[in-house]
Amino acid sequence: MVHRSSVPMHWRLYESRYNLVGNKCLVCGEFFYPSKIVCPNCRRRGILKRVVFSGKGKIYSYTIIRNAPRGFEKYAPYVVAIIELDEGPRVMGWIVDSKISDIKIGQRVSVVFRKIYEDGKEGLIHYGFKFRVIDENNQLRD
Amino acid sequence: MRNVAVVGIGETAFGEHWEKSLRALAVEAGIAAIRDANIEGADIEAMYIGNMSAGKFIGQEHLAALAVDQAGLVGIPSSRLEAACASGSLAFRQACLAVASGEYDIVIAAGAEKMTDLQTEDVTTTLMGAGDQEWEGWLGMTFPGLYALMARRHMYEYNTTREQMALFSVNGHKNAALNPKAQFPFEITVEDVLNSPLVADPLRLLDCSPVSDGAAAVIIASEDVAKRFENPIWLIGSGQATDNLALHDRKSLTSLRATKIAAKRAYEQAGIAPEKIDVAEVHDCFSINGLVALEDLGFCERGKSGKFVEDGNIERGAAVSINTSGGLKAKGHPVGATGISQIIEIVKQLRGECGKRQVPAEFGLTHNVGGTGATVVVNIFGKELKER
Repeated sequence: MVHRSSVPMHWRLYESRYNLVGNKCLVCGEFFYPSKIVCPNCRRRGILKRVVFSGKGKIYSYTIIRNAPRGFEKYAPYVVAIIELDEGPRVMGWIVDSKISDIKIGQRVSVVFRKIYEDGKEGLIHYGFKFRVIDENNQLRD
Repeated sequence: MRNVAVVGIGETAFGEHWEKSLRALAVEAGIAAIRDANIEGADIEAMYIGNMSAGKFIGQEHLAALAVDQAGLVGIPSSRLEAACASGSLAFRQACLAVASGEYDIVIAAGAEKMTDLQTEDVTTTLMGAGDQEWEGWLGMTFPGLYALMARRHMYEYNTTREQMALFSVNGHKNAALNPKAQFPFEITVEDVLNSPLVADPLRLLDCSPVSDGAAAVIIASEDVAKRFENPIWLIGSGQATDNLALHDRKSLTSLRATKIAAKRAYEQAGIAPEKIDVAEVHDCFSINGLVALEDLGFCERGKSGKFVEDGNIERGAAVSINTSGGLKAKGHPVGATGISQIIEIVKQLRGECGKRQVPAEFGLTHNVGGTGATVVVNIFGKELKER
């Protein structure tokens, strides 16, 4: 019943969601993810350039979703965090493939490509980024 | 701009009204407000109605026309305002600005929401429309989840405890037990909160406002007209502000910038400091947001809200009586109606009509938040009209 996505909606966003593409303002130097349409600092005087983010960062805050919205029931409980990317901007994403005891504020994480959800049995399968815990040398924890 | 006052109030009980439709709830509240003001429907020159998502909750848009139609007021201009959970306050502000401008002398501002026709998963999805659909909603985020991120960060930065957050819900329920309009008119304990099921860690069920049906309405009049009424309550300060829509775009997760901007404007207009506020209805959609509001509204220092609550400062008759209605947690949170309902509680407190939950009050404040703080409205009310 509730509209969540359509093919063109997904298509418009796939590069950004698959490859962590955002942008940067060449005037003020700030990085943005997701891409800004207008630089919020410089507005019309800003010059925005496409940037592929490294996907490395650290956990800024996190929660465990136990009461999921429609379409996500089968995944619950799952961890959603705000990640502060090394380039500056913060993004929201799941933390997967990690020990729950490793998930804490300040923990280093790295991006991974994963399925996000399915639009029912005959709908689109949506993919995008999630994150997993890494150590200080950017190596995966075993 | 002219001064304006609230001269009539009316609301439905908040709760799971399976027997009542959105239109029935809205008309019930409107008639109660008209009766309270002791005016005729024909005296009303315009209507403003706040509603978040009737389109998704019941498949009905064009609420403004529906409301005047069902109320028997066809012909007058009617507008629907939407800013998620702050929709009611937007309707109130637009109504006040229209009267202050000189266009009208008497208008009605209402808020209504019918949420319980949907299943919980669909309510959760619909409410997430108040966030950023492309970057928060799409990955299965929920509103309890967003506020949980704020709570976790507040605990991390200021050592705020789980018990301190729980106390905010306990206070709301204590007051709701004395409010016949409340959805949950009974007391709870800190243990009840800490033993309730986790919804989004660290938030538990009893940290969260419920899914509710309800409607509320107020009659607003210009200064000259309001003075003919028995007990006008004056709007002496009002501010509205915005912030980034997505939580991850905010500089801070432990403070709502829009609250600070709106409050500054409202306090300046009213010419009073936070210490002068006797009673306030703050937006505790989740217990953490109640704590954050205490800081952003200037009732306590940054990071000290947990201790402030723990020391009993928000109880009835203490430093500032918070959520004497029960708040969103215990009175209920039919999202579009909440802003107007908060105003009704403050008007009743200033009139001295709150019965067992009455507190001594000269000045009252309402704080209504849309989404995770992307829209905030702060209003200050007084018993006397301040000379400007």
